[in-house]
Amino acid sequence: MRRLPQYAALAAYVVFLAFPLLWLLSTALKTPQEMALADPTWIPREPTLANFTDAFGEQDLVGAAARSLGVALASSVVTVVISLPAAYAMARYRGLVNKIAIGWVLVSQVFPFILIIIPLFMILRDLELVNTLPGLVVVHVTFTLPFALWMLQGYVRAVPPELEEAAAVDGATRLRSIVSVVAPLLAPGVVATLLFAFISSWNEFMFALVILQNPDVMTLPLTLVRFTGPEGVARLGPLAAASLMATIPSLIFFAIIQRRLKSGLMAGAVKG
Amino acid sequence: MTATATRPAPPRRPHARPRRVSRQTREMWLLMLPALVPVLLFSVGPLLYGIALAFTDARNTRNHETSFVGLENLTELLTAEDFWSSFRIGAIWAVSVTALQFLAALGLALLLNENLRFRGVARVLAVVPWAMPPVVIGLMWKLVYHPDAGILNALLGTDVNWLADFSLALPAIIVVGVWTGMPQTTVVLLAGLQGIPRELYEAGEVDGASRWRRFWNITLPQLRPVIVAITSLDFVWNINQFGLVYVLTQGGPGGQTRLPMLFAYEEAFRYRFAGYASMLGLAMAIVVLAVLGLYLWRELRETR
Repeated sequence: MRRLPQYAALAAYVVFLAFPLLWLLSTALKTPQEMALADPTWIPREPTLANFTDAFGEQDLVGAAARSLGVALASSVVTVVISLPAAYAMARYRGLVNKIAIGWVLVSQVFPFILIIIPLFMILRDLELVNTLPGLVVVHVTFTLPFALWMLQGYVRAVPPELEEAAAVDGATRLRSIVSVVAPLLAPGVVATLLFAFISSWNEFMFALVILQNPDVMTLPLTLVRFTGPEGVARLGPLAAASLMATIPSLIFFAIIQRRLKSGLMAGAVKG
Repeated sequence: MTATATRPAPPRRPHARPRRVSRQTREMWLLMLPALVPVLLFSVGPLLYGIALAFTDARNTRNHETSFVGLENLTELLTAEDFWSSFRIGAIWAVSVTALQFLAALGLALLLNENLRFRGVARVLAVVPWAMPPVVIGLMWKLVYHPDAGILNALLGTDVNWLADFSLALPAIIVVGVWTGMPQTTVVLLAGLQGIPRELYEAGEVDGASRWRRFWNITLPQLRPVIVAITSLDFVWNINQFGLVYVLTQGGPGGQTRLPMLFAYEEAFRYRFAGYASMLGLAMAIVVLAVLGLYLWRELRETR
């Protein structure tokens, strides 16, 4: 009984968190007739999966998902490949460069994207990369890089340098010791960083909006917005169904990474 | 030093000390290089370019002769009513979302830290908004706020077009902002709570301190570094928010939810005033750095 207020507060939070989700799910399962009722119903009377199939008919969801997948895969792999050595250097060497690198990681979080996105758009336009997926990959790599560096250098720091020193005593070259001693221990961190970069790219909206204006090359978030129509008039059922489908990769990611979240990913913003 | 000098011990590494330092530096640069090149080309470069653009009349069109105009963009900005309304909306948005996010997350973190039943469910649920694409969050809340098919009007028995109402649109998107950012703040605060040594509470209990006193004198001071870090980050993210509000209202009705980033986006990519929009970005950066600097400085002084 003493705990009653606490349970009430918990219940209030759960309702606040869950009710938009439940409404999304409910809307996705409704028929157009039920949607038009004056009094909306929580539980669909005749649940249907038609909205899911309709969603594919209304927008090029398969193509958009394929493009998002390609961009996210390319961006995450490139991000990790180029930030891994740099993260190693940040963790293992001290010096001015190191301080500048850390300072830049912090600064890059503070500056409004608009200050970067306008010149970047102009550069990409001159390189004929606007409205292309490689153009978007370049942008996504640039914007996931700071945080990937930050995550990875944390993981490198967690590997005791003594292990490398021991390998050096045994006559291993630095490269050799990195490959056979450090790399295996870093594997979980690399996977986490890959997933982080993948999801950031998969969810990213603002840069995609600026870089991709042609519907034929739009990624999934941009395609989802097209469901709302020019005047905000939308077919709500397919919109809800498509939204749910777009969330699945992120949910899988969080199911995998959930245990790590609390400790490691303090600033792991998956920004919009 | 003299002891080692007399002994001709074979050095473990082939190089003498001074040369090893320079080799290390070279190695470090080599390792940094693959990340350094794209960072300089596509991040630091554009940032500096963007700052320079703020002082020109650049237009976001090809073949436009750009010339240096000094502070003209700034004076134009400071005399534009649109800028001040956007600035005011941005301030209300960032401060209220950050504050509400923090308070809600602190409450939730304290609850999840207790031995309550169902806290597992609440914990999983708390992470869900974090896992959703921001665009989906925007669309989902559009469904909730929908004037006809939305659940909110049905629940409240009202007939309001939440996102199109002049006085309700901003509060409505603030709720969505809190919903979106709260889980992340909660997870961070929860991690902070779990890092507080139990002995402190036990000592407090022995001294007969009430729950409230223990919270005020142990939890809050211990949590302070975490609080400072997460509220600063939340503030920066919130002031730079774009996608969520773009999806929800596109800045409408009548500019009532036009956050500074939406304003800048419109100026740069709809009206194509790249120089003007860059000055807006620069002004926002300076304001954010000033606010944040002041906050962090005060916090640092108080902890000493």
